[in-house]
Amino acid sequence: MKIEVNGEPRDLGATTVGDALTELNLREARVATALNGAFVSVAARAATPLSPGDRLEILTAMQGG
Amino acid sequence: MRDFYGVALKTPMMLGTARYPSPAAMEAAFRESGASVATVSMRRERGAGQAFWDMVRGLGVHLLPNTAGCHSAREAITTAQMAREYFQTDWIKLEVIGNADTLQPDPFGLTEAAEALCADGFKVFPYTTEDQVLAARLVDAGCRVLMPWGAPIGSGMGLNNIHGLRTLRAAFPDVAMVIDAGLGLPSHAAHAMELGYDAILLNTAVAEAADPPAMARAFAMAAEAGALAAASGPMGTRDMAVPSTPLIGKAWL
Repeated sequence: MKIEVNGEPRDLGATTVGDALTELNLREARVATALNGAFVSVAARAATPLSPGDRLEILTAMQGG
Repeated sequence: MRDFYGVALKTPMMLGTARYPSPAAMEAAFRESGASVATVSMRRERGAGQAFWDMVRGLGVHLLPNTAGCHSAREAITTAQMAREYFQTDWIKLEVIGNADTLQPDPFGLTEAAEALCADGFKVFPYTTEDQVLAARLVDAGCRVLMPWGAPIGSGMGLNNIHGLRTLRAAFPDVAMVIDAGLGLPSHAAHAMELGYDAILLNTAVAEAADPPAMARAFAMAAEAGALAAASGPMGTRDMAVPSTPLIGKAWL
């Protein structure tokens, strides 16, 4: 299905946030996720379904002030 | 020095991790200053996150994730939740920006986010102005630390409203306070500490100096001097001169 990942359009076979991370080769990466603006914890990823048009954000540590 | 949600900091200096000429310069700035807290952020994964995470953990300081760039309470709350999981800390530097030019906080969004995050168990470090009424709302929400700006972020102007900062400090004697943003010179840091603030938080003034580690050390020394002065009972000021050398015993020449 077509969703947005970090602002970029993607066509994924995954149907959950957890599967999307696997498909994007980020399953083992240290990241934090949000779907449509709401936080999705590590524990909730496998049970959080994706729908067409969803906005998935995958964030990591970065420099900050 | 007041504690920060039960944590006593070894030094009154918090340092940002952005805008350094190199990762080595950043590490040296932390080493030279003895800064006890590092601010960090959450951004989209582009492959560099793991290396940065490893590096900041290696600094051996407390991590204070921020919600920089958030313009609504909702964005800031979600970012805080992501940061708590990622950085494994319930400390959050809460920024809800209300104006793109001045980067000044949106007091309404800030209060809304602080209420939600405090209720959710976060230890909130709100980036705020010197507004005393807003400060009272943040304390009511559960904030035990306040971080008023000295001047707009990255401006280097120092303390723009000394009267307001002094009034704020006096109004909440039990709340730890950090001057966050706008410091440009070590003298600004000394002044902030002389006013009775508990710490300073800065980034650009160090990162964009020609020699960031040396400037970091200069700020640390100034902050320490200011803290010592505040604890030493500064003299009052007068309009007229008072001779320091005794007049008694002066020769009749």
